[in-house]
Amino acid sequence: MNSVALKMAIQFMMLVLVQVLVFNNINFLGYINPYAYIIFIILFPVKNNRTLFIFLSFLLGLCVDLFSDSGGVNAGACVFIAFIRPPVLKFSFGMIYEHQTVKFAQTELGNRLIYFAILIVIHHFVMFSLEIFNMSDIILILQKTLFSSIFTILLCLLITVLFSKKPR
Amino acid sequence: MQQIINFVIRNKTFLLFLLLFSLSLAFTIQTHSYHKSKFISSTNFLTGGIYDATNNIKQYFNLKEQNKVLIEENKQLKSILYNTNIPNESIPQLDSTIHKNFEFTTATVIKNSYSSTKNYLTLDKGTSDDMKQDLGVITSKGIVGIIDNSSQNYSRVISILNTKIRINAQLKASNHIGSLTWNTKSPEFVQLIDISKFAPVKIGDTIITGGQSSIFPKGIPIGTIDTFGLDISGDTYTINVKLFNDMTNIGFVYVITNTDMEEIKLLENPTDE
Repeated sequence: MNSVALKMAIQFMMLVLVQVLVFNNINFLGYINPYAYIIFIILFPVKNNRTLFIFLSFLLGLCVDLFSDSGGVNAGACVFIAFIRPPVLKFSFGMIYEHQTVKFAQTELGNRLIYFAILIVIHHFVMFSLEIFNMSDIILILQKTLFSSIFTILLCLLITVLFSKKPR
Repeated sequence: MQQIINFVIRNKTFLLFLLLFSLSLAFTIQTHSYHKSKFISSTNFLTGGIYDATNNIKQYFNLKEQNKVLIEENKQLKSILYNTNIPNESIPQLDSTIHKNFEFTTATVIKNSYSSTKNYLTLDKGTSDDMKQDLGVITSKGIVGIIDNSSQNYSRVISILNTKIRINAQLKASNHIGSLTWNTKSPEFVQLIDISKFAPVKIGDTIITGGQSSIFPKGIPIGTIDTFGLDISGDTYTINVKLFNDMTNIGFVYVITNTDMEEIKLLENPTDE
């Protein structure tokens, strides 16, 4: 159990550092950045203590906010997707989730893609809405959400493929 | 009482979510008002230290470009020095008794952003080097922003690419003033609003700082007029200004301290009895 917690802590710190030092500076076409650190929330073990999970998500978002001077926009979006994760899991994996046996490495690519896409799009939408904070700029919010989401989804899928242990 | 406790325990996830979400909402709203966004900022010991360490490595990669900028600035200063016909003796000597209005300090940018709608830069100097709120930040080419928050070793600058900022600016050709804002569209352009429609606006003209505020001295270059049009009410021009500075690539900056700032502030805000 302790080694799992240690692994989580290292993952947490690595993701924050990579996000603020690398991904925040990509600026593809001027403004498109991936927010791949939320893969920590996406791939958090399904069997968990929900209170702790939501609190950790908040902490993760707050760390990224501290580095990027953005107030509380990442923290808010992270808490939001952490809270709505169970229904999304149920929607995208169906029966397997009911039996509490989801292992992300063994799920089908289609299901995984849907699951990733839903969480990432919601996260980005909440984040950009909070950042811009002006409903008359809804077009800008949607545009940023769309492009950044595509980038993040691709990157997250790539990370899961690269870092997953092959089932033997 | 028992029921209330039971209710809290039953809904503890939802209540925690509500608490944390409203907390982050409070942080977000706090950043919208200038002078108040102190809590979550990259000037603290940990984040500043990490940015400083990575910048120490990154700096070496654009030394060549920085050299070019310095040579360019030297050339400009030399041409001013040798083309003004002042006899040699009257070139100001280093004399501490001469009253200086503006003092300049150099600093290094350790973090820069330009893709968000509220962009900030972080500098590697803080209150221990006399950095404080409301000091102007420029490069040799033009303005960068205003310091809004300092810790002991780092300070945060509101970039001109931030929807919160408004800087007093004017046309170089005449004295018509307006405010500089940003519409988030492109990091190369900012908008000058509230220029009177009687002003002689011409494409290609230079925009400079106005000197109405005590933050920047008058005459610091900002950019050139790219396009312009009357705004909806038809009384004022909205001008698209192309910046001289490349805001996506800023290495070293000057911080301007106005030594008369306290006196000016005292005059402008008399203590109400």
